[in-house]
Amino acid sequence: MTQSNERKLTIARAMAEAIAQEMRTDPGVFVMGEDIATLGGVFGNTRGLVEEFGRERIRDTPISETGFIGAAVGAAQDGMRPVVELMFADFFGVCFDAIYNLMAKNTYFSGGKFKVPMVLMTSTGGGYSDAGQHSQCLYGTFAHLPGMKVVTPSNAYDAKGMMTAAIRDDSPVVYMFHKSLQGMGWLGTEQGASVHTPEEDYTVEFGKAKVVREGRDVTIVSLAMGVHHALKAAAELEKSGVSPEVVDLRTLVPLDRDTIRASVAKTGRLIVVDEDYHSFGVSGEVIASVVEHDISVLKAAPQRVTAPDAPIPYAREMEQFFLPSPAKIVDAWGRMKAA
Amino acid sequence: MTPSKEQLHWMYETMVTSRRFEETIEKIYLEGKQPVFNMASGPIPGEMHLSNGQEPVAVGVCAHLEKGDIVTATHRPHHEAIAKGVDLNRMAAEIFGRATGLSGGRGGHMHLFDPEVNFACAGIIAQGMGPAVGAALSRKMQGKPGVAVAFIGEGAANQGAFHEAMNLAALWKLPFICVIEDNSWGISVAKKDSTAVARNDVRGAAYGVPGVYVEGNDPWKIFEAAGDAVARARAGEGPSLIEVETYRLAGHFMGDAEGYRPKGEKEALFARDPIPAMRKRLLDEGAADEAKLKELEARAEDRVSAAIDFARSSAAPAPEDALTEIFA
Ligand SMILES: Cc1ncc(C[n+]2csc(CCOP(=O)(O)OP(=O)(O)O)c2C)c(N)n1
Ligand SMILES: [Mg+2]
Repeated sequence: MTQSNERKLTIARAMAEAIAQEMRTDPGVFVMGEDIATLGGVFGNTRGLVEEFGRERIRDTPISETGFIGAAVGAAQDGMRPVVELMFADFFGVCFDAIYNLMAKNTYFSGGKFKVPMVLMTSTGGGYSDAGQHSQCLYGTFAHLPGMKVVTPSNAYDAKGMMTAAIRDDSPVVYMFHKSLQGMGWLGTEQGASVHTPEEDYTVEFGKAKVVREGRDVTIVSLAMGVHHALKAAAELEKSGVSPEVVDLRTLVPLDRDTIRASVAKTGRLIVVDEDYHSFGVSGEVIASVVEHDISVLKAAPQRVTAPDAPIPYAREMEQFFLPSPAKIVDAWGRMKAA
Repeated sequence: MTPSKEQLHWMYETMVTSRRFEETIEKIYLEGKQPVFNMASGPIPGEMHLSNGQEPVAVGVCAHLEKGDIVTATHRPHHEAIAKGVDLNRMAAEIFGRATGLSGGRGGHMHLFDPEVNFACAGIIAQGMGPAVGAALSRKMQGKPGVAVAFIGEGAANQGAFHEAMNLAALWKLPFICVIEDNSWGISVAKKDSTAVARNDVRGAAYGVPGVYVEGNDPWKIFEAAGDAVARARAGEGPSLIEVETYRLAGHFMGDAEGYRPKGEKEALFARDPIPAMRKRLLDEGAADEAKLKELEARAEDRVSAAIDFARSSAAPAPEDALTEIFA
């Protein structure tokens, strides 16, 4: 269904548009990161910004993540609103102290007197054979640590509204965007991520999951790329008369447990799809949200479609075996029914 | 210290091997990626960082190394892997993601590991520094000979790991050498826009480590500087820092539009391609005649085509092998 006034954007463009709009109205907003100025970001999400705002506010940095993310914390505490990019979430290892010991805790340590209004945007996800240091999601790793909000848009509309909300938020926000949703041709793009995105600024409220497909028989909960796998699996299952409901978490911190619970209370069955590692992560947390609340709503044991607890392999055959897919979700339904 | 004829022949042949290898990989990489360039497609998927233009650094340094010496390389590792003596067949197979690859297809082009010649990589910038320093420490503690060399890019000298590891190496007087390949770019960011000093060799002073800068991407000069550093390390006199001016003839990775390069830069770099330059100098100085050069070039070609054939004809890994080799 194409509307006459439809304005389809990629997530990359939606992110850049939100940043630009906030920069026009708030002189405290500035951007730092590797290859974000001249190149416009390896994943396109800062394209056009240096042309409009110049190099004082759009800063290419050295490959010094501890330095510039720590610097963002200091600048944020001093009244600025930095947006910084960690090119791949996988690189968090070289700068995590600035993130989880400073950015995430300084508000608390100061008894609420220091605000750290900054956005850390970072790319996630595999599927194109970039191997184990450039393909991780690490949603659970970031969401586990208190003191920072964590958001994971699955489409351009949410991407723009969440970026605007993130910049305006007085708390630090980790904004995790999946590479396969960016709309960069060289990464092969999930078309469903590019959707109508209004030109005027707006926000998408954090902590609100969204039912992106209504159904009766099973709730499929996912985030980012997994939402698109879930929608495809749902379309497939529908052919055999199954009616799946799909919930897009959108925000991991704060997590909208109510929407998950309400959906599972209705369907009685739960499949969680997460491209992050299986154990100690989002999928377990979603299941716990249901079972610790009211186990009686479940008609079957919940199923998880996740990445195994192993480093992400390079070879295509191995990586495809490794990653969630619509077919694996359909299989999970089969296991659930059989059980 | 000047290279012997035999060393020069090895250096030239190795440079040509690396270049032919990458030219072949470049062509195959584009198979299945045209007209639409999608990294996930084709016989070689994923990112591809070519080292062509930077071969002199690899051969000038590795000419002094033995099998037992240690090398850590980066996301751009082919030239160093070849110069260190990594098995070319199994390296090609790894890049193709085949079961016969160095790591059975688990690592790919950014993660080449070959214990036979003590070679390892890190796809995270500057993270080869710590492991190389640690290997040097291990040799010292075990009383075993050996030198450890970490190759990094000039962009990596702005990463904390570089500085921490340099200080450790100096503090413990380890047989360690850091070789910085200054191709003047870190993806799209020029060295002058990322680094507060013009040359990274001066940063050795912060740790009491002798630093030299080698100009001109010149295999002879690199050989000389590396020879001094390796001799110091073997004599127990501690670490050295070498920065080498070199050129990245390709984009950062394949598919890079290189819009950030000033006009004319690429053409100027190709005019200074180190391989024809070395060939000419070998002839001019009588270090090799045309027949000898042809022989070295033919051998390089043969090794490359054998490696590519080996990779192409190798089987794909079993998908479920993704879950093996996680723990020792
Ligand atoms: C810690 C970290 N930050 C960022 C990157 C992304 N990245 C990959 S290569 C590269 C540029 C490296 O420049 P340089 O060290 O000069 O090496 P070159 O690519 O020129 O060989 C960057 C920023 C990374 N791999 N690791
Ligand atoms: Mg460089």
